[in-house]
Amino acid sequence: MTVHELSEPTTEVVPQPDSSEAPPRPRKGRSKAAMLLVLPTMILLGIVVLYPVVSAMVMSLFKDPTIDPATGKFVDQGFAGLSNYTHWLFQRCTDTTGASVSCPGGTLGSLFWQSMWVTVFFTVVTVTIEVALGLWFATIMNRAFRGRALLRTSILVAWAIPTAVTAKLWYFVFAYDGIANKLLGTDILWTGDTWPARFAVVIADAWKTTPFVALLILAGLQMVPAEVYEAARMDGAGAWQRFRSITLPLIKPAILVAVLFRVLDVLRIYDLPAILTGGGGGDGTATTTLSILVIDQMRQGFNSASALSTITFLFIFAVAYVLVKVMGVNVIDTQEQQRKA
Amino acid sequence: MSTALVTPGTSRPTVARRRRGPSLASIRTYAGLAVIVVWGLAPVYWMVVTAFRDSDYTFDTTPWPTHVTLDNFANVFSTDAGNHFARALVNSTIIGAVTTAIGLIVGVGTAYALARLQFRGKHAVLGIILAASMFPGVAVLTPLFQLFTSMGWFGTYQALIIPNISFVLPLTIYTLTAFFKELPWELEEAARIDGASRRQAFRMVLLPLAAPGLFTTAILAFIASWNEYLISSQLSNDITQPATVAIAQFAGSKPHEEPFTSVMAAGTVVTIPLVIIVLLLQRRIVSGLTAGGVK
Repeated sequence: MTVHELSEPTTEVVPQPDSSEAPPRPRKGRSKAAMLLVLPTMILLGIVVLYPVVSAMVMSLFKDPTIDPATGKFVDQGFAGLSNYTHWLFQRCTDTTGASVSCPGGTLGSLFWQSMWVTVFFTVVTVTIEVALGLWFATIMNRAFRGRALLRTSILVAWAIPTAVTAKLWYFVFAYDGIANKLLGTDILWTGDTWPARFAVVIADAWKTTPFVALLILAGLQMVPAEVYEAARMDGAGAWQRFRSITLPLIKPAILVAVLFRVLDVLRIYDLPAILTGGGGGDGTATTTLSILVIDQMRQGFNSASALSTITFLFIFAVAYVLVKVMGVNVIDTQEQQRKA
Repeated sequence: MSTALVTPGTSRPTVARRRRGPSLASIRTYAGLAVIVVWGLAPVYWMVVTAFRDSDYTFDTTPWPTHVTLDNFANVFSTDAGNHFARALVNSTIIGAVTTAIGLIVGVGTAYALARLQFRGKHAVLGIILAASMFPGVAVLTPLFQLFTSMGWFGTYQALIIPNISFVLPLTIYTLTAFFKELPWELEEAARIDGASRRQAFRMVLLPLAAPGLFTTAILAFIASWNEYLISSQLSNDITQPATVAIAQFAGSKPHEEPFTSVMAAGTVVTIPLVIIVLLLQRRIVSGLTAGGVK
């Protein structure tokens, strides 16, 4: 305990002799105090996160109730084992005779792998664009210039606007008679056709969150000491060389943290595709992400929707695990260093 | 220098840049800055311009407002077409305020413990909080939807506030922990030595110092709650729906016609408070964002 106090820069308000007396007592008390301080959070998270997630897992093991044609009432169909999971993963549906068949096209059951693919597509493409542009924005913002306040404002407005408003704004920009088509001289059905609808979502998301990525990377950039660049310049390193061999390695942790946050966010994307394209485009499912599929399924049955939401979060956790363990993203340490800089 | 002499190829442009350097570099910088400002503000500007346009000129491409009217704003707050936008703004404020208050009251103690105390299981606690912030909304929604419906809570404020806590609480804890770590702890030590209890030292010395961090965290939490859509769109009714849901479902006076100018006016109304907050607090928001790192 004392290490912390001693390592702090000593100022005149800390009388040394007394502080050496204090530490032994709190040791036990501190741990107890910490528990008391942490407990409310743990209880609350237990109620709002753990309980729903566990009960979703339990629900996912039961069949959805069906209406009994004789009485017109919902009848529980009992334990389902993993059939809700095989329903999604192997796209197995039950036909009228009760036999297991491949889910017919047009049903939600047939959409799982397409939605997975659409979600992964959005994630890879938008995160790539956001990091590339964010990196460029950050290097510009890192230079000395006047008007920082205006810049910060212009970059934060896009981040702060609710996604629902962003979606409506881009829905207007991408309208058939809208400004996008007029500026480009095109007549693309931005929210109606398969690929234009997908790119409309990508563009709107990139617009909204590139500023956030730029800010995270900028915080990393500001940790790089100017002397390092000076030395490299003296040694004759060109701008690109300096960027490749000095900047990039030093801001890699900041970039990885930005990538982690953005990947986890886009994997659960709902608002933008739901409002901008209605989850449609083309055949009506071109921008249906996993989250949209869960919501659509909820109207048909909570238990199979629970199986799908469980698959979704396990997938997101697997991706987070890979990013943290394999790529070594260290959220806590990186952010701590960025603050100290 | 020696490297430069060995490789004349790289030295020449360096020298050239040095001579013309500053002006060229600053031109490039300002061009880049212009791109960023246009990127951030052009779509928002277009929204505001459209909000002031007569709906007969919705798709006019003049870059400034022509056929200026305030009708759109009147439409936004009119309930003729079944919209309840004014009420939705009040709902968003209530939901955001309560969620933020719960997040701060519960989060402040935990953040203090994480920033200041050594205890067993600290990393586990950090991990749990980080994991909680990663859950997709749909993972919490399905069971809560069923639970709230069976309890008769569908469309109530508590049904909208409780799910919001799941992402606002981790956000407040992370942001506050980062702020707390920056405080000059010597003052707290001094107060303790002068006979103050830990609680007194926290309340009378530390909390006033932490006030700016608390305020910033509150703003970030409020924005996060204000912007929530997924859960609210499923669990709210006409009476309790927040502004995000109201905007997404905004109906025009004529059927089958997207009331673009009115929707842009509604978007402008929702955006103005945020722009004011951003203008006043941009520096703080940036430090809070990079500290908490949460959306």
